[in-house]
Amino acid sequence: MTGTTGTTTATRAEVCAVACAEAFRGDGEIVAAAVAGLVPMLGSRLARMTFEPGLLTTDGGPHLTAEAVPLGAPAGDVEGWLPFRDHLWLVLNGRRHVVMGASQMDRFGNANISCIGDWARPKSQLLGVRGAPGNTRLNTTSYWIPKHSPRVFTETVDFVSGIGHDRGAHEIRVVVTNLAVLDFATPDRAMRLRSVHPGVTVDDVAAATGFGLAVPDDVPETRAPSAEELRIMREVLDPKGLREREVPA
Amino acid sequence: MSKVMTAEQVAASLEDGMTVGIGGWGSRRKPMALVRAICRSPLTDLTVVSYGGPDVGLLCAAGKVRRLVAPFVTLDSVPLEPHFRAARQRGDIEFTEYDEGMFMFGLYAAAHRLPFLPTPAGLGSDVLKVNPELRTVRSPYEGGEELIAVPALTMDAALVHMNRADARGNAQYLGPDPYMDDLFAKAADRTYVSCERLVDTADLLKEGPVQSLLISRAQVAGVVETPGGAHFTDCVPDHGRDEAFQKLYVKAAGDPDAWAAFRDRFLAGDEAAYQDAVRAWREEEGR
Repeated sequence: MTGTTGTTTATRAEVCAVACAEAFRGDGEIVAAAVAGLVPMLGSRLARMTFEPGLLTTDGGPHLTAEAVPLGAPAGDVEGWLPFRDHLWLVLNGRRHVVMGASQMDRFGNANISCIGDWARPKSQLLGVRGAPGNTRLNTTSYWIPKHSPRVFTETVDFVSGIGHDRGAHEIRVVVTNLAVLDFATPDRAMRLRSVHPGVTVDDVAAATGFGLAVPDDVPETRAPSAEELRIMREVLDPKGLREREVPA
Repeated sequence: MSKVMTAEQVAASLEDGMTVGIGGWGSRRKPMALVRAICRSPLTDLTVVSYGGPDVGLLCAAGKVRRLVAPFVTLDSVPLEPHFRAARQRGDIEFTEYDEGMFMFGLYAAAHRLPFLPTPAGLGSDVLKVNPELRTVRSPYEGGEELIAVPALTMDAALVHMNRADARGNAQYLGPDPYMDDLFAKAADRTYVSCERLVDTADLLKEGPVQSLLISRAQVAGVVETPGGAHFTDCVPDHGRDEAFQKLYVKAAGDPDAWAAFRDRFLAGDEAAYQDAVRAWREEEGR
């Protein structure tokens, strides 16, 4: 199943990109900082080109582009400047919704990008906390997990880089994975299965999650991309199909 | 009042045990020629303060780092830095791990000679657990919000790489992002600038607007002209990141024999020998 133009059936990557776009619905004139990968970057630009025209998006670097630009394309006309220091200012200012990745995540959305094993001498040193502590404390945060597995969704995380709802997160809106969309719409703000992607079962998701996920009686299917959304992704924003590389078939 | 010197003289002016800040960000506009000079020097026991990239990796590989203060170490297009990972996994270095914004506030505090600056970034995270020396403060105003008091990231010396500089030490960036290089320069007791090209003071504004004059000579102790001195990191518009060479570096770092061969080929001589070896490698690869 490939994302060739003309096919009206969406690929998994396209479903994921639209789910990422949906994360920005209602955000208005804020910076969409989709740092986790190409699929959320595509999603943020798709949202801007369709139902969320006020969003500010970047070229992947310090330029706020006048229009949403294709993945990997130069900025073209520029409407603003956002060097790293201003990203860090925006974290405190709050007009920012960030999509991050995570190597581990627990049921409250505590996320680890720092290291696996004991921090004092890790089994596997990863990136370091980067901006995860500040992002999650102060900005709306969503996550993109391209490979949903029990290695990622764990009972506990080895290091809390991004904080979850039990540690004072501002708002973890959704976690989009290659299998499902997860949110925290439960009384104790623990993770819940919001929707499964077409072709994925609730059992598939449960089996790929290392903790007991809240599962409602009725789990809907993730919204399918519209014909117009497919056209924009395939012909305008990602004609090379870079999105397909990020989601295992 | 020329402050022009060599990379070797910069390294020789530093002392064992010093705290050294390094500008740039990840694998972007890093003062790699100065870092390579430190790697060749007998310096040891450094505390390195950096938005880390291959600067941290090379210094770890050369055994120069006692403690690292950083929010991350990355090569950007390659997410993880192999030498930094190995150093951490062997337990070779102490690590002060801060959130990116905390780190910037630490630089701002040091640049302004304040003992600390407060920020909510970091609260709730394990950054507080692994940095037990960190304290919180309460706002004395209405609300009484609790905030982390990020201590000033003071440093003995800072190293930055700029696109242009004059012999007095005024330095200019021509790329799209200043990173935090001006804050490093203001935070440090003294700053050494390497640059792609030395120009006359009168020519500084020929290539960029006055706002591109990021660092003033008042902060600068020495200037080194090192064309390609940021290699293999990005230094636009002079050159982009050498992705092929960065891949070579990563591959070599994964294996002791391969690393020894890489070191012999590229890092055994001075900066001119490094640049020659890179040129020869490129010709071989047909790049």
